[in-house]
Amino acid sequence: MIELKGISKKFGDAQAVNKVSFKVEEKETLVLLGTSGCGKTTTLKMINRLIEPDAGGVFIDGKDITNEDPDVLRTGIGYVMQNIGLFPHYTVAENIAVVPKLLKWDKEKIKVRTQELIKKLHLPENSLSMFPHELSGGQQQRVGLARALVTDPSVLLMDEPFGALDNVTRTSIQKEFKGLEELKRKTIVMVTHDVQEAFELADRICLMDKGKIIQIGTPKELLYQPINDFARKFLAGQRLGLEFKVVKIQDIWSYLPKVTLQDGKSLSDDLNVWDAMELLRSSDRSELLVSGDNKESKAINFEQLTKAFNQFQNAQVHE
Amino acid sequence: MNEQQQTLWQFMHEQSDKLFAQTLQHVGLTFISLLFAIAIGLPLGILIARKRKLSGTVLGIAGVLQTVPSIALLGFMIPVLGIGAKPAIVALLIYALLPIIRNTYTGIIGIDQHVKEAARAMGMSKSQILLKVELPLAMPVILAGIRTATVINVGVATLASFIAAGGLGEFIFGGISLNNTNMILAGAIPAALLAIILDALLSLVQKMNFKKLRKALYILPAVLLILGGFYVLPSAYGSTLTAGFTPEFMGRQDGDLGLKSIYGLKIHTIVISDAIMYKAAFSKELDVISGYSTDGRLKAFDLKILKDDKSIFPPYYAAPIVRNEAFKQFPKLEETLNLLAGKITDSVMTDLNYRTDYLHQTPERVAKDFLISTGLYKAPKNGHNGVVRIGSKIFGEQYILAEMYSMLIRGNTDYGVSTKTGLGGTKICFDALMNDQIDFYPEYTGTGLLVLLQPDPKIAKEMAHNKDKTYNYVSAEFEKKFKIKWLKPIGFNNSYALMMRQKQSKDLNVNTITDLKNYLDKN
Ligand SMILES: Nc1ncnc2c1ncn2[C@@H]1O[C@H](COP(=O)(O)OP(=O)(O)OP(=O)(O)O)[C@@H](O)[C@H]1O
Ligand SMILES: [Mg+2]
Repeated sequence: MIELKGISKKFGDAQAVNKVSFKVEEKETLVLLGTSGCGKTTTLKMINRLIEPDAGGVFIDGKDITNEDPDVLRTGIGYVMQNIGLFPHYTVAENIAVVPKLLKWDKEKIKVRTQELIKKLHLPENSLSMFPHELSGGQQQRVGLARALVTDPSVLLMDEPFGALDNVTRTSIQKEFKGLEELKRKTIVMVTHDVQEAFELADRICLMDKGKIIQIGTPKELLYQPINDFARKFLAGQRLGLEFKVVKIQDIWSYLPKVTLQDGKSLSDDLNVWDAMELLRSSDRSELLVSGDNKESKAINFEQLTKAFNQFQNAQVHE
Repeated sequence: MNEQQQTLWQFMHEQSDKLFAQTLQHVGLTFISLLFAIAIGLPLGILIARKRKLSGTVLGIAGVLQTVPSIALLGFMIPVLGIGAKPAIVALLIYALLPIIRNTYTGIIGIDQHVKEAARAMGMSKSQILLKVELPLAMPVILAGIRTATVINVGVATLASFIAAGGLGEFIFGGISLNNTNMILAGAIPAALLAIILDALLSLVQKMNFKKLRKALYILPAVLLILGGFYVLPSAYGSTLTAGFTPEFMGRQDGDLGLKSIYGLKIHTIVISDAIMYKAAFSKELDVISGYSTDGRLKAFDLKILKDDKSIFPPYYAAPIVRNEAFKQFPKLEETLNLLAGKITDSVMTDLNYRTDYLHQTPERVAKDFLISTGLYKAPKNGHNGVVRIGSKIFGEQYILAEMYSMLIRGNTDYGVSTKTGLGGTKICFDALMNDQIDFYPEYTGTGLLVLLQPDPKIAKEMAHNKDKTYNYVSAEFEKKFKIKWLKPIGFNNSYALMMRQKQSKDLNVNTITDLKNYLDKN
């Protein structure tokens, strides 16, 4: 668990971070979202003391981090840098082994763990003996991620971990990333300025502007209960796409026709509208079989889906 | 040309022991000082990369040190460190410092900030960041600095021979003063090759990729140490007294070779520059030196000339030598220059030299005072009638003579005068005369005979010990060979001489070179 209590930081006259407080629960992923220069990186770096705050405090598992040796603190926190920051003079294997070596792991243990990670992160086996400049940008980001994950720290800080990638690669890495078992047991603070990415990966989003928090909440809350104009406008451009992603079949269950069908292989109602539409469009089926929580199943076609979604939307607005 | 190469090869072959020893000394000297320079420069470079405020000061000081002329730097060292290895190593170290400090500094501050931050973010301590990230990444730049320093050191190390620290400079400077091209080349070629080879090797190391570089870096200090270990001081055989001889003296029949063969003198000898020799004798670094009999420092440092009782040192009577062509252009030149003939005795010359070398009076003033006191001085005339070009070698006595001649010409003729003083050694001066760049300069009969004419050893031996025979021989030969005329001798004889401190000479009761030999044999 990470807790920030009113931390501020000034660079010269510029207030980079202004009285930011939030709490990240155990195994939760909090995404810091905001425009360039709003203080996301600065906030993140104050969590592992790469930057010392001017005021306020940071507590990890209830302990004030200013009482800890900064080097020891940092070996215990995974950090993925905005600019990757791999050591150009180390091979991939050596880059991954930096923290384990600081912690004096034995060679065998490092080797086993490294093998495990490159498999999970889909890095080619032979890349271990390569130098970073011999890898593609996407591969380098994976190595950066492996380096942060290798000691399985319970806290992970990530600064635009997919920032250097093109859209196609980014989407696929995000998917893989979301599927990684390792990450599900970690407390994660991640920075991004990409709204799609934030919605894809966040449990909760912390929207920032000019060093201040504008709103903290689940993606759904940000979408449907924006706190002010800034929050609303920030999401406006991609609103529809975001809503498709946020709204799940269970949310619109009541708006779907009550036709119950016989048993068959059914999908979970955890499915979001976006994915459901994707399935309907890509497969040759015209209907999807989805089962609700009360063991009731519904077969849905495209028209029914959009209609139910629209009804749900109208209901939100009038709420 | 072919013959030249042949003889160079022969020379190198003959002198291979010396050549080998000098090369080892040279390499050793270069690397010992490099090692120290790295030991000092690397931490300093790291320090100023941490505390940038200091960088201006430190780089400034190192930069200023590097601009001090090498000879001057060696000179400064003597009072503090004496002669020999210590001052040479310190001087070389000082020259090597700037490139090492500067490149360490720029190498470290040039590292990508993100990489340094990543190291911090992973929990590396300051020293771990330095050793594992900063130094390895700055290494190509640091190596470039070491490479520059190495090449500088190979060059400056030639000067180590001036202060008895050995190296290839012994051949180079010995060869220059002996007008022995083979000797110069035997020193210069290996020195140049050394510089080229080391430069190439280090550029290979510098261009290695990180993986190979890492291995190379373990080996490098060991290589430095081993190469530095080559440096064994040129002090093989011990004797109770130590002699310091100039490179020129070492190679001459009428020098060290004669001392060995005719007197049978066996003395622990180191090679040293004459600029430093007298002071070193005075401060008891040396006991016996090969000086010049009219040198002012003889008086200044209270030294005594040992009598050359078997007369191996030929006479060195000074006289102006003039291109015959010049007499056509300047008909009154001969009688004007001859005004000085026979006017300056040994003791007078020693005194004049003493005034410039030790009392630091200008050669101009010393010359004028002397001419006034002998009634030769006349106020300058207009000087409209052409310009006589006077040359001089690069030491005090020659400057004084050049000034005297200049004043005499201005006072007694309508010619103008331009002086080209400080024309290095004999060879440079003589070449300037032959190439019509000067009209005359003061030369010594012994030098004319042994250095410029280099006759058959038999003739030389026969000639060498008679003042008049030598003069007549060089006059005739120069006229024949070079169309150059020797005018009348000025009077003094500036020959080689062995010298000791007055007090030591009295204490040991050594007054002649034979006394010296006997004393050494007994002790
Ligand atoms: N070391 C520093 N010195 C001075 N100013 C700084 C420093 N680091 C950040 N700033 C300033 O603080 C503000 C916040 O910077 P920060 O890096 O936290 O922004 P960010 O939200 O991460 O932006 P981006 O999305 O572009 O990475 C910016 O105005 C930036 O110029
Ligand atoms: Mg940032």
